[in-house]
Amino acid sequence: MKRAGFNQLGLPVMLLLPQLIIIAVFFYWPAVFAIYSSFYLQDPFGFGSTFVALENYTGLLSSAEYRKVAVFTVVFSLLVTFLSLSIALLLAVKADKVIRGARTYRTLLMWVYAVAPPVAGFMGVMMFNQGTGPITEFLALFGWEFKLGVNFNDTALAMVVVAAWNQIPVNFIFFLSGLQSIPQSVKEAAMIDNRSGVRRFWDVTFPLLAPTAFFLLVINITYSLFDTFGTVDTLVKGEPGNNPMTLVYKVYVDGFRGNDLGGSSAQSVILMVLVLLLTVFQFRLIDRRIHYT
Amino acid sequence: MAVMTDTDRTVARTGRPVRWSVVIDHAILIAGSLMMILPVFAVFISTSISDVEIYREGLNLSLGPHMAENFDKALFLKGGFTGEITGSSMLINSFILGIGFALGKILIGMTAAYAIVYFRLRFATFAFWIIFTTLLLPLEVRILPTYEVVQGLGLANTYTGLILPLVASATATFFFRQFFLSVPEELVEAARIDGAGPVKFFIDILVPLSRTMVAAIFIIMFVYGWNQYLWPTLITTDESLFTLVRGIKQIIQNLDGANVPEYGRALALAIIAILPPVLVVVIFQSWFVKGLVESDK
Amino acid sequence: MVHVSLESISKVYPNGVRAVQPTSFNIEKGEFIVLVGPSGCGKSTLLRMMAGLEEITEGDLSIAGRVVNDIDPAERDIAMVFQNYALYPHMTVYNNMAYGLRNRGMGKTEIDKAVKEAATMLNLTEYLERRPSQLSGGQRQRVAMGRAIVRSPSLFLFDEPLSNLDAKLRGQMRIEIKALQRRLGVTSVYVTHDQVEAMTMADRIIVLNGGRIEQIGTPAEVYHQPASTFVASFMGAPPMNLLPARYNGNGRVHLSETVHIEAPGQANYSGDIRLGVRPENVGIVGASHPDALRFDLEFVEELGAGRLLHGKVGESGLIVHIPHTDPIPSDEVYVDLPKSALLMFDPATGARL
Repeated sequence: MKRAGFNQLGLPVMLLLPQLIIIAVFFYWPAVFAIYSSFYLQDPFGFGSTFVALENYTGLLSSAEYRKVAVFTVVFSLLVTFLSLSIALLLAVKADKVIRGARTYRTLLMWVYAVAPPVAGFMGVMMFNQGTGPITEFLALFGWEFKLGVNFNDTALAMVVVAAWNQIPVNFIFFLSGLQSIPQSVKEAAMIDNRSGVRRFWDVTFPLLAPTAFFLLVINITYSLFDTFGTVDTLVKGEPGNNPMTLVYKVYVDGFRGNDLGGSSAQSVILMVLVLLLTVFQFRLIDRRIHYT
Repeated sequence: MAVMTDTDRTVARTGRPVRWSVVIDHAILIAGSLMMILPVFAVFISTSISDVEIYREGLNLSLGPHMAENFDKALFLKGGFTGEITGSSMLINSFILGIGFALGKILIGMTAAYAIVYFRLRFATFAFWIIFTTLLLPLEVRILPTYEVVQGLGLANTYTGLILPLVASATATFFFRQFFLSVPEELVEAARIDGAGPVKFFIDILVPLSRTMVAAIFIIMFVYGWNQYLWPTLITTDESLFTLVRGIKQIIQNLDGANVPEYGRALALAIIAILPPVLVVVIFQSWFVKGLVESDK
Repeated sequence: MVHVSLESISKVYPNGVRAVQPTSFNIEKGEFIVLVGPSGCGKSTLLRMMAGLEEITEGDLSIAGRVVNDIDPAERDIAMVFQNYALYPHMTVYNNMAYGLRNRGMGKTEIDKAVKEAATMLNLTEYLERRPSQLSGGQRQRVAMGRAIVRSPSLFLFDEPLSNLDAKLRGQMRIEIKALQRRLGVTSVYVTHDQVEAMTMADRIIVLNGGRIEQIGTPAEVYHQPASTFVASFMGAPPMNLLPARYNGNGRVHLSETVHIEAPGQANYSGDIRLGVRPENVGIVGASHPDALRFDLEFVEELGAGRLLHGKVGESGLIVHIPHTDPIPSDEVYVDLPKSALLMFDPATGARL
């Protein structure tokens, strides 16, 4: 708040009202509704619902299928995060270093930011298509018969690749801006202290990038959990079947295909808790430990 | 003699050997760029090939004669379940969603942030926390209950129902708050001494000052809105409201059933779906990068 | 003994800008050289070429008898103190100093000894475990110094190290750096745009302008016998007075049609000149003095230790510095430009005649 703020009541309330109404109706109401529904079992034919306390939760946590989806989601998130972060870091370091064509490289490496995940998924379908996809044909050279949508592991791999590809630009932009905000003189001081470029990277550059990297870590996990819905949906062509799926995808499948409002709501609540934990992790652990200024 | 050695030295200095580290750097960057471009490029080139050929041989990197025809079909051929939707109607819907979402976010976010930062309100902190909490839970997490609520309000299959729930998070508010806080304190003091009230100060000083920020946020939000998939999939079942990204789902499902799937049309639609946001990001690159890096920190 | 030698070193940037014209000079072992000049004069580029941070376009640079043009900065046996200190923000003060030593494979105990010694010298002992962000500006400056000292290099390079400090601290650090350099006896090159720093610290000053050397000399030489109008007006505050005048080769300098005074010496030149005189060398005299010139006093600047009288002789502005013990003259004021303190410059080239 500014120390010389205006002293009125009517105007600021009017200014705040649209925002408050929208989040009340479309955020708080649904969130409370989710928590409420998670304690009820809905009649499959739409005739009322029964209070079942924690049964939806215990049902989920004891369900082998739910656990399988949870495990896949964790593995998927870690792989996407790791792949996308490491490739983006490598590219950002190089893009920061070269003089010629730096701008062109920057553009070429970031425009994919604007490609929607489901469209990326569709392109993935074309690339990994059974029989005709260029990547499938390439893998066939090594005797790998890639079966998208049929083989669980193959489909999972395609999901990881497409999701990571789609996320590289964001990481690249942040890493590059992090690199560019390291003072030139610090890099030069390091040049006088150490002749090996690789050692300089790990001793000086990388620690100074750590705040960016941890911020991106959280961003990437959030991305893998939620924003990849479209990628997953198009890659399995809307047919989950025995294919891998993420937790968010399962919320959708159970809630809209299976009409299980209670179970789906309970899943939503579990995801909410997960996100809250991630946020707390970000604020508490990371912001305190890795800030140098 | 002296002249000789001088030229020798110059030659030695300028004609230094190729530096392999620089070559490797460029090789890595070129490989990275190709990785980002090639899949989209292959899809683009393949829009020029006949459906049968794509069906049989997959994506292709050599030009065929059918590009114009495929884009024409994608934009103007009626299709879908009702046989009424065209690519151009989806394109219009995408623009409505992208622009409506971006404008809504900016309008609501800017005014709310102005109220929080520039007024002495006893409940300003409370309001801030209520708004800030919405950053924690993405729409995907509360998708089903939100659907129930919007459905209950009779907003399913309306533009309002499509756009407003997406606006209900505080990213823009938070960003404008950060920006307003960084505006020098003396500015509002000087304005008050000059006799400007809150409305005048907002319109004459704060809005012009925020121009680049608004532009940056608009670009990010436009791309974000344009690329929405899950929410439009749920809330629009009326095909006349489909966006391009939403339409992708239909396209893919249609590919499987048919005898010779309409690959050319599908690929052309995919290209049309990514073209506007890609152009916006590339053309307004520096604003976009600035907005992204500064808003998320 | 020559320690550093520059042989027609020049710098041309890829965009064609020539930042440093071919430049040659030698630095004696243990000498404290100050490169001074306005921003953009090439002084920093020159220093950075010595450090190896900037490629040398042409010419040879040798340190301790070895040509180092193509030698990596880390291998040149130099240490550098940067303008914004360039401390590693993620390392403690101790590690900031130890980092360079570890990379040279020095043993743990030796490193510890070197760091502790430097810390004692710079009064940093109690801050060794802190991060740079927890230190004040002056303390950071000391850490930067410490990082340079522990390496016991054969050449110190300073790139405007005091410009981020406030005036008082700057004055104090100036003395400390100079004393430290004397004690360690390490050859040093110091870049600054502050002529006071240059005057007080240097054994020899190199004045640069537009990528070329204007003058090399001791502080006294540079101050009293500036080689050009540029040096004359750059060194000293207020700068040397430069009056437009004519010299006819007949031993007289004409300030106007009617006013002329005795020339400082013989020069094989005739035509327009600039007549240079330091403000403190101008004397206030009575009207009866043989060389008295009428001085129109416009205003007085009080400095405490003295006063600056701003005014005009004929059409030309003149500044006179008088001690505070002298009264402020009133009524008609006359000045004398003593012959021994006068310098003549070519107005076209700026060179001293």
